[in-house]
Amino acid sequence: MRLLLRALLIAFFAFVIAVPFVLPMYPETLATEALILGLFAMSIDILAGVAGRVPLGHGAIFGVGAYVVAYHVTVSGGSAWIGMLLGIATSAVVAALFGALAVRTTGVYFLLLTLAEGMIVWGICYRWTSVTGAENGIRGVARPALISDPHIFYYFVLLTVMMAAFLIWRLVHSPFGQALRGISESSSRMRTLGYNVPLTLTIAFTLSGVFAGLAGILFVLLNNFVSPSNVSLDQSTQGLLMVILGGAGTLWGGFVGSAVIIVLSNLVSAYTERWSMILGLMFIVTMLFASEGLIGKAKALVGARSAGRKTV
Amino acid sequence: MDRRKFLGIAAGSAAALLVSLDPLKVLAQGGPIRIGFLSPLTGAAAASGRELVDGWNLYWQQAGTKIAGREVQVIIEDDGSTPDIALQKARRLVQQQNVHVLVGDILANTGLAVAEFVKGTGTPYFMPVVAADDLTQRKRIPNVMRMPGFSSSQMTRPLADWCLKQGYRKVATIGQDYTFGHEQTGGLVQTFTEGGGSVVGQLWHPFNTSDFSPYLGQIPGMKPDVVFAVETGADSTRLLQQWATFGLKGHIPLTTSQNTTDQSIIRNLTPAEAEGIISVAHFAEGRDDPETRSFVQSYEKAYGKLPAIFAAEGYTGGLWLADALKKINGKVEDTKLLLATVHSEVVLNSPLGKNLKMDDYGNPIFDIYIRRVTKRADGKLWNTVIATYPQVSQFWHYKPEEYMKQPPYSRTFQGIKK
Repeated sequence: MRLLLRALLIAFFAFVIAVPFVLPMYPETLATEALILGLFAMSIDILAGVAGRVPLGHGAIFGVGAYVVAYHVTVSGGSAWIGMLLGIATSAVVAALFGALAVRTTGVYFLLLTLAEGMIVWGICYRWTSVTGAENGIRGVARPALISDPHIFYYFVLLTVMMAAFLIWRLVHSPFGQALRGISESSSRMRTLGYNVPLTLTIAFTLSGVFAGLAGILFVLLNNFVSPSNVSLDQSTQGLLMVILGGAGTLWGGFVGSAVIIVLSNLVSAYTERWSMILGLMFIVTMLFASEGLIGKAKALVGARSAGRKTV
Repeated sequence: MDRRKFLGIAAGSAAALLVSLDPLKVLAQGGPIRIGFLSPLTGAAAASGRELVDGWNLYWQQAGTKIAGREVQVIIEDDGSTPDIALQKARRLVQQQNVHVLVGDILANTGLAVAEFVKGTGTPYFMPVVAADDLTQRKRIPNVMRMPGFSSSQMTRPLADWCLKQGYRKVATIGQDYTFGHEQTGGLVQTFTEGGGSVVGQLWHPFNTSDFSPYLGQIPGMKPDVVFAVETGADSTRLLQQWATFGLKGHIPLTTSQNTTDQSIIRNLTPAEAEGIISVAHFAEGRDDPETRSFVQSYEKAYGKLPAIFAAEGYTGGLWLADALKKINGKVEDTKLLLATVHSEVVLNSPLGKNLKMDDYGNPIFDIYIRRVTKRADGKLWNTVIATYPQVSQFWHYKPEEYMKQPPYSRTFQGIKK
């Protein structure tokens, strides 16, 4: 079983690396998008899956990164590389602010507070015409010459996302990650153990925001375009749905969720204009029969099988 | 589920995926002319999107789908009323389904996203609705044209002139607080103030305002001669209803943008709410003209209702494109030739009006009508023409170069002459 799993994983990674050679242009773009949104989902998973705080405002942090790059490149005429650094820095600042305000709450209050924070950013992007272009957004964000080719851009995204994913994985499996898990299980116990719970959560929120912002930056480089819909509630829920679909707390689940949603929405919409209904039904079915998400369910199935073998 | 079954299903779905993602072979010339049509079929603009598709389909049903011996294939895709989905679908149409031409979209942000994409691919993209001013002004893309869409501020300037001619000197405006509202209002108040009028107040409200009383309550105090409103969708319905219930109707003249009294709105309103409201548009379903009449009749027969502007735009978009394709003998692969032909041709007759043609910036010049909501013989409400402004360009009476020096309209810049 293990061997088979390993073989499947290796085959999968080989496929991911070979994408520009085996897939035509359009599916390749979809794969790029799936990687980017997978990273976005993973950043949400740090809070939702590990720290037990479900945020509904990460779309705003994602979008802030995108807007800063777009503004820097088109209006100020600066280099996209510098823009990326500025974008990450801004996302981190916004996330730190969001975090500092929200971390003292839990559950539905945390959800609503982050939702409100996201809406503020959306409101700013929607109204501040001279800077954000309001409803029309900012367009014409050209990629730097080095990564302008779509194949090279795919590898650039793949590399960036893999490095970011590794960092997130390290973070979650570090003592800091353990502290987050502890907070998720019982913040009062962590407090008595001497942990500064709000500070730990604020740091986690900020780090999560850095990765969400990075995803937003890659996204604007892919689409050459950013508009208020990228900072909207829709963007936040989309990321969260990807996490839940793939499996909260599994980290890699975000990629599974994003791949499934992107591929399905493209396949289904080719056959019916009611595609969003089909996606909705799929979410309901997943929640009913695999509430731990696709990765969670797969793990449980594999676990049950090998446990069953051992007893025989 | 056992492992074998799971693997079977997994392999099966993976194979299905690869097959379905496989792009269609690039077609040699002589194959069908492939047109990708984007329209919001879900989301905020779904109702309008449906009518756009209906109008477009009606044209091809009537005219047939053969041009110069080549079959015309239309692939219709839902843009979800959001730019990200619109962009994804445009990519699929161009990269996977190898369409020669893209047509469609309604909301400005979806059109802008697609325009940005075709800037890179060079695919001709024709917009039957998208109105964002800058697309055919300051940030023009050569392979993107409105056909037969209009730029937001182009539409409202004749209305300002008409208002001045009625002797109105003070205008109050109310509109949705986003770019389209800002641009349409900007066109009106700039022309109105340059002609000697003044603005006594501007009210902006968010999308989907359910209660207009905080806004409408302020209007009588401003003492305007005339009120201008730019609303779309459900906001239009609510504004017109509340305008009547607050007793403003009949006391202060109300003029509106094309969407506010569009057929899609007034077909659900009572005469007490809508009759007599003035609006401006490049289409009037009650216009006394054989071309319009035959379009309205066949649309009514096919879909059981009077056509909205979107339907007329979808229909005329088909007509215009087909005319151009016929002129170039169906050689749709020659993008340059197609664009040049669209640019130079004159559509002699259409449901919108006579002699449609492009200006130098890819935006149509057409007749614009001042309309009044009236009752048809059978009691249905429709828009009839009370004045016509022939051959109005997006630059009105300005020189294009001069005009484009001013910033785009926004909440803070409305072009008001003091």
